[in-house]
Amino acid sequence: MVLNQLLASLTDGLLLGFVYGLAAMGLSLIWGVMCVINLAHGSVIALGMFGTYLLFSQTAWNPYLALLAVAVVGFLTGTAIYGAAVHRVINAPHLSSLLATFAVNMIFIGLGTAIFTTSPRNLDYSLGSLQIGAVIFPVTRLIAAMAAILLTVALYLFLFFSRPGKAIRAVANNRTAAELMGIPTSLVLASSFGLGTMLAAVAGGLIATFFPFTILSGGPYELKSFVICVLGGLGNPLGALLGGLLLGGLEGLIPTFMPVSWVPTVEFVLFVLVLVLRPTGLLGAR
Amino acid sequence: MTLWRRPGLWIPLILVFLWGLLILVSGLDSMREVTFTLMMFATLAASLNILLGYTGYVSFGHIVFFGLGGYTGFYLLSQRGWPLSLAAVSGGLLSAAVAGLLGLAVLRLRGAYFALATIGINEAARAFISNFSPFGGATGLFVNFSYYQSYGGAGRALWLTFISLWLTILLVTVVSYGVKHSRFGLGLMAIREDEDAALVMGVKAPQAKTIAFVISAFFPGIVGTLYFFKNGNVEPGDAFQLHMSIETLVMIMLGGQGTVSGPLLGAVTYQGLRGYLLTSPLFKSLHLAIAGLVLLLIVLFLPAGAIGWLRQRFQGLRRFLE
Amino acid sequence: MVALGVISLIIGVDTAIVNAVEKNVVIGFTASQTGKLNMEAMRQINGLQLWMEQVNAAGGVKLPDGTVVKFTAKFYDDESKKERVQELYTKLINQDKAEFLISPYSSGLADAAAVIAQQYNKIMITAGAASDSTYKKGYTLVFQTYTPASRYLTGAVDLLAQMDPKAKKIAIIHEKDKFSTDVVNALRTYAEGKGCQVALLEGYESGTTDFAPFINKIPAGVDAILGGGHYADTSTLARQLHEKGVKAKMVALLVAPPEPQFAELGEAALGVIGPSQWEPHTAAYNPASAKKLNVEWFGIGVPEFIKAYQQRFKEDPSYHSAGGYVAGLLLQKAILASGSTTTDKVKAALDAMDILTFYGRIKFDTQKMHGLQIAHDMIYSQWQRHSEGKLVKKLVWPEAFKTAEAILYRK
Repeated sequence: MVLNQLLASLTDGLLLGFVYGLAAMGLSLIWGVMCVINLAHGSVIALGMFGTYLLFSQTAWNPYLALLAVAVVGFLTGTAIYGAAVHRVINAPHLSSLLATFAVNMIFIGLGTAIFTTSPRNLDYSLGSLQIGAVIFPVTRLIAAMAAILLTVALYLFLFFSRPGKAIRAVANNRTAAELMGIPTSLVLASSFGLGTMLAAVAGGLIATFFPFTILSGGPYELKSFVICVLGGLGNPLGALLGGLLLGGLEGLIPTFMPVSWVPTVEFVLFVLVLVLRPTGLLGAR
Repeated sequence: MTLWRRPGLWIPLILVFLWGLLILVSGLDSMREVTFTLMMFATLAASLNILLGYTGYVSFGHIVFFGLGGYTGFYLLSQRGWPLSLAAVSGGLLSAAVAGLLGLAVLRLRGAYFALATIGINEAARAFISNFSPFGGATGLFVNFSYYQSYGGAGRALWLTFISLWLTILLVTVVSYGVKHSRFGLGLMAIREDEDAALVMGVKAPQAKTIAFVISAFFPGIVGTLYFFKNGNVEPGDAFQLHMSIETLVMIMLGGQGTVSGPLLGAVTYQGLRGYLLTSPLFKSLHLAIAGLVLLLIVLFLPAGAIGWLRQRFQGLRRFLE
Repeated sequence: MVALGVISLIIGVDTAIVNAVEKNVVIGFTASQTGKLNMEAMRQINGLQLWMEQVNAAGGVKLPDGTVVKFTAKFYDDESKKERVQELYTKLINQDKAEFLISPYSSGLADAAAVIAQQYNKIMITAGAASDSTYKKGYTLVFQTYTPASRYLTGAVDLLAQMDPKAKKIAIIHEKDKFSTDVVNALRTYAEGKGCQVALLEGYESGTTDFAPFINKIPAGVDAILGGGHYADTSTLARQLHEKGVKAKMVALLVAPPEPQFAELGEAALGVIGPSQWEPHTAAYNPASAKKLNVEWFGIGVPEFIKAYQQRFKEDPSYHSAGGYVAGLLLQKAILASGSTTTDKVKAALDAMDILTFYGRIKFDTQKMHGLQIAHDMIYSQWQRHSEGKLVKKLVWPEAFKTAEAILYRK
């Protein structure tokens, strides 16, 4: 009995963990490449949710097809955010970039609230549930988890085996040196920001296929992304995915032993402890 | 040096004093309420500035001290029957003590890592309090309306909280100026510019940072107690709102970080603007977007904030504007 | 002038009214136009708006001294946050000269507003703030339109006993806010008093979207799942209970099921029971039953309300809409009965009030928990499948209101 509960709980947690990981990957990439904590991360996730929702409900696109469009728009939005808000303060103290991205967050949330109000939305799309033994879960979650794995692999291959990907890593390592080597750093930074934003938006779109959302829904995922980045180490897509799995697993595991409402306490205490004791992350190689 | 030769102190002090006095003399309740909100954020901003502006540590969790101190203070006055003044000071002291303990651990982190840790602390505290039954758990604590009778009725009690807040904001202004112009404050600013260099120069950075953290945490505890007393109840959701922390940062940026009067000015401007936008039918739904745009423009083009800009632009003003 | 007199003679207008002083009474409130509670709050504003338009169109309320009272509403957005509630209520009273107040939607916000209302000696009708705790605080000018939280889910326990006398094992999953916690505490005491076993009691944070950890903890063989919180989270809980294939005889959740939108959940809505302050099919509220109860009937009938609301807002009214409407209706009745708009007289009229309206019976506690609603009944509705396959809400409890027998959630 307890075993069944544990199994069900862990499956749910891990499936969700993949998506958490994907959401965190965007934050991690931007942070790793340009040392900017993107506080607009949550609102971008929410915009991804709304993008998918609007395409689905207005034009009756399949939500997974809609995700492709969301990805393209997300990338462009990211480069635009970089150009408008981040580029000028990239070398300024941390506070400036924190506040600049937070300002973008306020603008997105403000416009979103004005346009969409804060009513909860539901993407009325279901692929039914799957039952394996005592474990039942909706198919949409399984697809989201697989999409997360796919994107992680793709990003990994891109960063380590493609020319633009190598340029991104070079800029992350040493911006000045990269510039001297003839890499157009501004372009690389802008596209990294675009890439990070794209990942966040896609994660949002995937979440929208199984959870309801409002324009404010990105906030909790942003907080979780912070935790994951710290657990998994920065700038490494695989680390973010593992961090996400770790967090998802914890969320599945903890409730079997104590009331669910203690989960955030445990999560954030762990987060602070890891930060203090091992700031490079539990899984961070560096 | 005598007081009159320090215009950087007495100008903001007199302005805040006159502001409060004006409200007090006019006796207008709606003015008092508007001013309470403004002064509340001004005090939060001024106290955070001691850590952020002088020491250069970005905290997103300033509101945790508002919540913890406020909860403690409210618990003491509602459950233990303490008078408001004593409860408020105790709330402040508890916040300061918590900051002392936390500071030893998290102030080892620098830059963005410290900022993230403070977010974590705030979330952990909120989740903890909502499970903590002595503080009423998820439903929080409340006082009976008749409780205000011992302060001469709710009307008098609201004026009393206003006066207490007024005294608090005056105190934080003095402390902020005092820190800035002390040897200790110079140490903090050395840490802000280059912590490693400051260590080499003999600044005891760990202690200095922790003390700055403790001072900055004391005031939110008082403000929290006053605010919850005024509301008559407290719930976890109201006490640890991350967005209040971040808005406080915005106010400091607006007015000018590391200045004495900047955070006060920033808070009044930001909250004044927000209050206006919120009640104006035209901008009601767009107030957040507009506030965001203003913030972005300031960060990009006026990073020193209003006071900082004035000081850079007009050298002669430096003596008067701090 | 002569022409005017002639016209009024011809069409028979009472010249006394033409000459009467018209008094404009401002009703002030803050509403959660944005934020997590906006869905419930907007319906409430609509209801109040409808009442105001109707009463003004009918020529206002005529007082004995010849004054004609007309109403206007003044409200601000409180963003579902407590930060500015007191400031805004003070502004409403002092600057906008509001003479009567309506509470913000949720209990926490209403408590902060009550301090201000009481202090300025203004009557505040609470709509939506169902917590009992507000009325334990010694306010004398706060009056509740809703059945208090402590009676929200107790009827579900009675219904369960009627459906299956052997069903004793219940699981409770609720939002950790003031209202839902009040509901659940009372529910737990009541259920245990009836010999039920509470096999699970878990609270979730407001704004939770993932209920899997809670659902996984529901022990096997549970008879009923009770709880919920507000619209957004509760509808999600219902959806995920369905997705997870949870088996129980009864699922009864707060706030969301009575809303017409709940039907959008499709299959997941089927069989879900919701306690409601008011339902469109309550034929029991009419002048005839008022006579039987020996109380006065006041205001429009149920069908008229539904029709007017649908015409005005192009949507079906929910109990939040009815709550908003009745908040205004109460004030109208009290002003009419006291022949005055001064706080003391209107308060006395509210204290003495015992009426039946389209919304149900209204009577307030005047003793220890002053202002608490004591006469209004909860109604339990259930989503059932219509013969044509459409989902419809049927009233399943209490006996007097029944339009159908309750069905089992999922065997």
